[in-house]
Amino acid sequence: MDTNNNGGCCSSDTEVNTGQFIQMIGLDKNSPAPEIQETTSDLTFNDRFDHFLARWGFRRSEHIVQPGIYKLGTPDADSPVFVSANYTLSFDALRSSLAGIDCYILVIDTKGINVWCAAGKGTFGTDEIVYRIKWSGLSKIVNHRKLILPQLGAPGVSAHEISKRSGFKVEYGPVRASDLPEYLKTHTATPEMRKVKFTFKDRLVLTPIEFVHVVKPTIIAAILLYMLSGPLAALIAVIAAVAGTVLFPVLLPFLPAHDLSIKGIILGWLVTIPFGIVLAADPSIVLWEKILTLMAMFLLIPAVTGFLALNFTGCTTYTSRTGVKKEIFKYVPYIALKAGTGIICLIVLGASRLMEII
Amino acid sequence: MFNSYNENTLQFHPEKCINCLICTQVCPHGVFTEGKGHVELTSPEKCMECGACAGNCPVEAIEVQSGVGCAWAMINAALKGKDMDSDACCCGDDGCC
Repeated sequence: MDTNNNGGCCSSDTEVNTGQFIQMIGLDKNSPAPEIQETTSDLTFNDRFDHFLARWGFRRSEHIVQPGIYKLGTPDADSPVFVSANYTLSFDALRSSLAGIDCYILVIDTKGINVWCAAGKGTFGTDEIVYRIKWSGLSKIVNHRKLILPQLGAPGVSAHEISKRSGFKVEYGPVRASDLPEYLKTHTATPEMRKVKFTFKDRLVLTPIEFVHVVKPTIIAAILLYMLSGPLAALIAVIAAVAGTVLFPVLLPFLPAHDLSIKGIILGWLVTIPFGIVLAADPSIVLWEKILTLMAMFLLIPAVTGFLALNFTGCTTYTSRTGVKKEIFKYVPYIALKAGTGIICLIVLGASRLMEII
Repeated sequence: MFNSYNENTLQFHPEKCINCLICTQVCPHGVFTEGKGHVELTSPEKCMECGACAGNCPVEAIEVQSGVGCAWAMINAALKGKDMDSDACCCGDDGCC
């Protein structure tokens, strides 16, 4: 029942601030409403470039739209009002889907976070929406009392609460903004429009940011491993990182088992096999060294991909908190054991080489 | 055996339900479907505990311990000795979302 306090670090202080603001501004009837800004349904080169940078995690907290009320086309007092997050990817998905529809868009302050994540943390929430309705003077701009919210905003919102506190009735639109033109014909969404998906494209666009997240630790690990036992060990770090962050999201539904950690470990084995065969077939390496290297590879790569896969739970569209917690307790000790044993193998290899040199 | 997701905290009390259907509109996984007199809990195993249904139910007929299922945030919380269920949130730094 505690949908509003499930994301402490962002929501707790925001809720207090918003509460204070509502009191401050709500009581002061003379505070001027913000001017209505204009927007279009066209995405320019700059917009697309901004989306590209956001996807790569470049200045990721700076892809922000100014909160406020925007008009698209030539809306009048009976035109629909849509609510959006102040993240460029969210706002742009909405406005680009509304080509030819005269309407208002109320952009609330979600700290530059997309609708679904912000809703999970409560920043796309009842308090913020009620506050922005009052702040923007929406009741003077339109005659009707209806807001269309993105369906994925629902985890942070109580529709009946908004209605009680602001007089505006909430209507949940479809999951994807691109379904809006169809939705607006009847104001009902088909079960298909209500379902969240995780398509190949959805997963592919996540890979850059996943990879960017691990670049630094991968470089450090590669350098350390190179010094410890040579270029092959450094390669292990790179293979593991690319497999865990790029191949894993792309291949997610095709990997066996349901738990993400298991899928990740299996992927780790699969990518290690070709390198293992090449290594095993190399006649210049002595047997015990071969065995140790193979052990290190088959222990370390799946450990890394398994762990990265487990962390991908936060990006999927279907994992429950209960399930993720179970996965953590089930697999983290096993992954740690694999990684530890693998590192010992590498250290033994490195030490023996050092001895040879001496 | 390798499915940690067959149980969750979703609870539905059909006797309280007023059949307003809002849960069928907000659920992103079609967990609830239209029924006679009250909605039906059709696919409870698909629930991801986002909390949309519970928060929007005007009569509190649905209960769920909602939260963001992000391993990174929970592991970090556990490592720092905090409660894994409390403030697990990873936005801002190198988070997941």
